[in-house]
Amino acid sequence: MRFRGLVNPWTLFALGVVLVRLLLRNDYHLTLINIIGIHTLLVVGLNLLMGYAGQISLGHAAFFGLGAYTSGIFTVSYGLNPWLALLLGLVVAGVAAFLIGIPALKLRGYYLAMATLGFGIIVYIILNQATWTGGPSGLSGIPSLSCWGFPLNTPGRLYFLIWLLLGVILLLSANLVDSRVGRALRALHESELAAQSLGVDTSRLKLLIFVWSALYAALAGSLYAHTLNFIAPSSFNFMFSIKLVTMVVVGGMASIWGSLLGAATLTILPELLAVFHDYEIIVFGGILMVVMIFLPRGLVRGLLDLWEYRRYKRLGGTFPVA
Amino acid sequence: MDYTTSLLQYLISGLTNGAIYALIALGFGIIYNATTIINFAQGEMVMLGALGAVTLYQIYPSLPVAFFGGVMVVTLVGLALERLALRPVRDQSPLVLIIITVGAAVFLQGVAMVIWGKEAYTLPPFSGGAPLRLFSATLLPQNLWVMGLVGLLVVLLEAFFRLTLVGKAMRACAYNPRAAQLVGIPVTRMVLISFGLAAALGAAAGILVAPLTLGVYDMGAMLGLKGFSAAILGGLGSSLGGVLGGLVIGVAESLASGLVSSGYRDVVAFLILLLVLFLRPQGILGGAR
Repeated sequence: MRFRGLVNPWTLFALGVVLVRLLLRNDYHLTLINIIGIHTLLVVGLNLLMGYAGQISLGHAAFFGLGAYTSGIFTVSYGLNPWLALLLGLVVAGVAAFLIGIPALKLRGYYLAMATLGFGIIVYIILNQATWTGGPSGLSGIPSLSCWGFPLNTPGRLYFLIWLLLGVILLLSANLVDSRVGRALRALHESELAAQSLGVDTSRLKLLIFVWSALYAALAGSLYAHTLNFIAPSSFNFMFSIKLVTMVVVGGMASIWGSLLGAATLTILPELLAVFHDYEIIVFGGILMVVMIFLPRGLVRGLLDLWEYRRYKRLGGTFPVA
Repeated sequence: MDYTTSLLQYLISGLTNGAIYALIALGFGIIYNATTIINFAQGEMVMLGALGAVTLYQIYPSLPVAFFGGVMVVTLVGLALERLALRPVRDQSPLVLIIITVGAAVFLQGVAMVIWGKEAYTLPPFSGGAPLRLFSATLLPQNLWVMGLVGLLVVLLEAFFRLTLVGKAMRACAYNPRAAQLVGIPVTRMVLISFGLAAALGAAAGILVAPLTLGVYDMGAMLGLKGFSAAILGGLGSSLGGVLGGLVIGVAESLASGLVSSGYRDVVAFLILLLVLFLRPQGILGGAR
């Protein structure tokens, strides 16, 4: 990935992050923005899986929950340092994804969707039933993260940590996409058979990207636990997995910046519009169906494609096949 | 209550629930055979059947009318789903199809929440509520209705696939859609019929189970996913497999909740699902894929 001049998405992103912090003083708004950052982290990971590997996880909330609960339980019940708990959360989620991915990704078609769906429900039930997770009422008193003795205990302080981390992750993801692995992934999405014939080990690649996306989710989960200092199972249910898929669908498949847009839109709208909040499931279900029927590459991506297509037609040229 | 009595009791409730899962599993199988799509909205047909029958019963208190009316309404929903949401995209990747059926499931659940609210509704049992005795265990007449009617439906369905022209045509489509098209079978219409049939089976399952468990707007997801686990366990697309898978999951779940812990009851079906995917992805009766 190359940086073209001073005006590129990355400098705009950095500028935006600083500006938003300068403009927003209210803790409620800052918390909302922090949650958007956390959701974006989840959505970027899921988007890598859906947009590049052509696979879908219907239980991504479970990896998010594994990160959050590992952080929560080890800091609250065992007094572990929050940063170590965060690392432990990554390990737990990574191993879980690896174990699910090995058998499911060897097979073509729906198997990962089914396996993650089953896994997601199992994790959710355990979070609700076990005593060591705090049960349905959740886990409270999770300590905040701190940086060399400086506690990150207000939304304003956390803001920089979350968005800095997100910037790094976005950069990392963009690099991954433009690397050899990324090209192999795109080949895989276009035609698994063709990719295989060119020497791409497709099932290993899919496993890699699946574990990778689970790690993003676990990181997001730990940040979430240390941000809100309280977690409950209801944040990690099947519906949340569906919301994440909807965010990917709105932002567009295989689009890093679309992920930010999708996460931001679908996190802010329910806060702004009561209608959106009350009829949440109808809206999310409707978006999923309508967007996929008319713009299978996702909303923003699809609209951009349409716009490009019309521009090309007006100029009398032919439309290059993407 | 001694040990054998409680075992018998678990078996009765397990087989009843298992019969319901079996019916839902058959719906998954029919659609899979016709299209290789997994219709994640199948569970919502169960919910719509139950709540639809409740409403019809409130308007006109006759169980047969509620039953057939509910099945008919839901069949129309199934047909509409295929025609409006899936036919336009039938050439898209599995990813797109999964997202659409999941979206449809969530959407239908939301619509049900708006129509019926969040409260649970009862449907009276098909014939009285006085429990019967079987050895030392108790048995509700509704348990017998569920098992009997599911058995009847399975036999009728099998007869439909083996003996009628439409049924045979649908089987031909499942074996090889292109060859079926070549011999003049309207494959598109067969796909439509399969969605209607699956929706009808789901609705029947919902109406049968409503007197035992109440009908709520969000009952569909869990029942649908368990029916789906049953279909995978038995071998997706195999009708005998679906029935077997449903009964196994129903009994396993009932035993686990009785002998281990009732809180983890819902885990059983999904543990079985994961185990099957890992050890024998084609299911018990499925051929190699």
